[in-house]
Amino acid sequence: MTEPMLSVKDLHAFYGKSHVLRGVNMEIMPGEVIALLGRNGVGRSTTAKAIMGEVAPKGEITFKGKPIAGLESHQIARMGLGYVPESRDIFPTMTVRQNLVLGVKDMKNPGKYSIDQMLDMFPNLRARADNPAGVLSGGEKQMLTMCRTLMGDPELIIIDEPTEGLAPKIVQQIGDTIAEIAKTGVAILLVEQKLSIALRIANRVYVMGHGEIVYGGTPAEFATRDDVKKEWLEV
Amino acid sequence: METIVFALLNGVIYGLLLFMLSSGLTLIFSMMGVLNFAHASFYMLGAYFAFTISGSSSFWIALFIAPVLVGLVGAVVERYGLRKVHANGHVAELLFTFGLAYLIEEVVKIVYGKTSVDYRIPDLLDFPAFTIYGASFPAYRIFMLFVAIGMLVGLWVLLKKTRAGLIIQAALTHPHMVGHLGHNVPLIFMTVFGIGCALAGLAGVIGGNIFVTDPAMAVQMGPIVFVVVVVGGIGSLEGAFLASLLIGLLQNFAVGISASFGEIFGFLGLSTTSELGSITISSLAPMLPFLLLVLMLIFRPRGLMGEQEL
Repeated sequence: MTEPMLSVKDLHAFYGKSHVLRGVNMEIMPGEVIALLGRNGVGRSTTAKAIMGEVAPKGEITFKGKPIAGLESHQIARMGLGYVPESRDIFPTMTVRQNLVLGVKDMKNPGKYSIDQMLDMFPNLRARADNPAGVLSGGEKQMLTMCRTLMGDPELIIIDEPTEGLAPKIVQQIGDTIAEIAKTGVAILLVEQKLSIALRIANRVYVMGHGEIVYGGTPAEFATRDDVKKEWLEV
Repeated sequence: METIVFALLNGVIYGLLLFMLSSGLTLIFSMMGVLNFAHASFYMLGAYFAFTISGSSSFWIALFIAPVLVGLVGAVVERYGLRKVHANGHVAELLFTFGLAYLIEEVVKIVYGKTSVDYRIPDLLDFPAFTIYGASFPAYRIFMLFVAIGMLVGLWVLLKKTRAGLIIQAALTHPHMVGHLGHNVPLIFMTVFGIGCALAGLAGVIGGNIFVTDPAMAVQMGPIVFVVVVVGGIGSLEGAFLASLLIGLLQNFAVGISASFGEIFGFLGLSTTSELGSITISSLAPMLPFLLLVLMLIFRPRGLMGEQEL
């Protein structure tokens, strides 16, 4: 059996005195797409932040067999872990092209995508390549953030709430884009609330509740588990 | 006529010197979120380092070496001081820079003494560049102009035209995201602090010999640089540039006006021999930047080009 690409064991995290993550356990295999589901405030985004070093993690996190808990975020990124945060965080005064340039970690060893290839894949962004990124629509900003992370050639991308606040048609497009990224062999941890997107793309599903994983299974199996949906997902 | 030409030239040169100091302070403010009270101390260090180096070798070597040394001192201060203090919040950072300013001043007094040192302009540039209406303009000031313009172009090219500059700009506004893209943000911040200090050091190298190099020079220059940064709009390099020129010109034109209130408002019956009437416009020059600061904070708190209000 292959080793997991990302392994999280008994992960705890705190905001001040508030104990947000209470022993999260999960594994992601190479090339796998995992959807991390759960209601607002159960610790899904905090899990992403703790893995990426933005929130101080307590517990064991290994990526490609090496411990990453406690490393600086740029060290984690350079090991091949990409992160698309919920806030998107495009650089608004820079052009779309400049945003993409900043996604490249090392100009001497650029990733498998050139900026031109990336713009070919996303015609919307090509049309706006030399515009400041701040004028893009919400959907375009999300596309740009994902493309920028892809420029760094990650082996696993954590994508946090990519469809938050977007129109249904755009949500569909973002879902297609993530599916396309997955086809290139990049593993994805998708933090998402919309079940339709998550179940369409994911190989496996984790459900979080009260700061820990309360369910894990395939989308087909999950579809039959109304008890899980009722207890942990329905509002 | 020559008064106007000289005031214009001196104003632009002084303004560019102010920009050398305020550009670094602006970058460091964007990074830390607080004003660095010790910034002018690096200007002073530049002058003293240049004095020492030019004493043992030449001014031209000092011109290159002294700013680099000041930049290295700045980088060490950031790496082993500010970075640790940063974790304790803005007040701690502010107090740290406040203490550092006094620390540097006292060290300078111990090493170089309490009085000014004899840091002179190089012989090669000690001649009049040109003469207008019988008054000559020193060549060294023209040299200062070229150094300042060179620094301005260099900084612009670095920030706007290179990938490193893009990374620096992005790291100043979105440090977490830049880290997630694989760029070493702590190293970038140390570099920015070092470059900011080196620019202040460069201002000290070329300004220390034309003004005075003494332990009080940081205290004299510090408040004016703060005025520039606030008037320009805190965090804005373009604003700092405009405000530097504005204050440089304002002060130099005011210095050149020897008319008194009595002469100007004589038609209102104000006598030139009265206390108010005998005050000259030139005597108000040192006050003008601070007047501008106070008015700016009242009427336009975000400065000329800043995005945030103070």
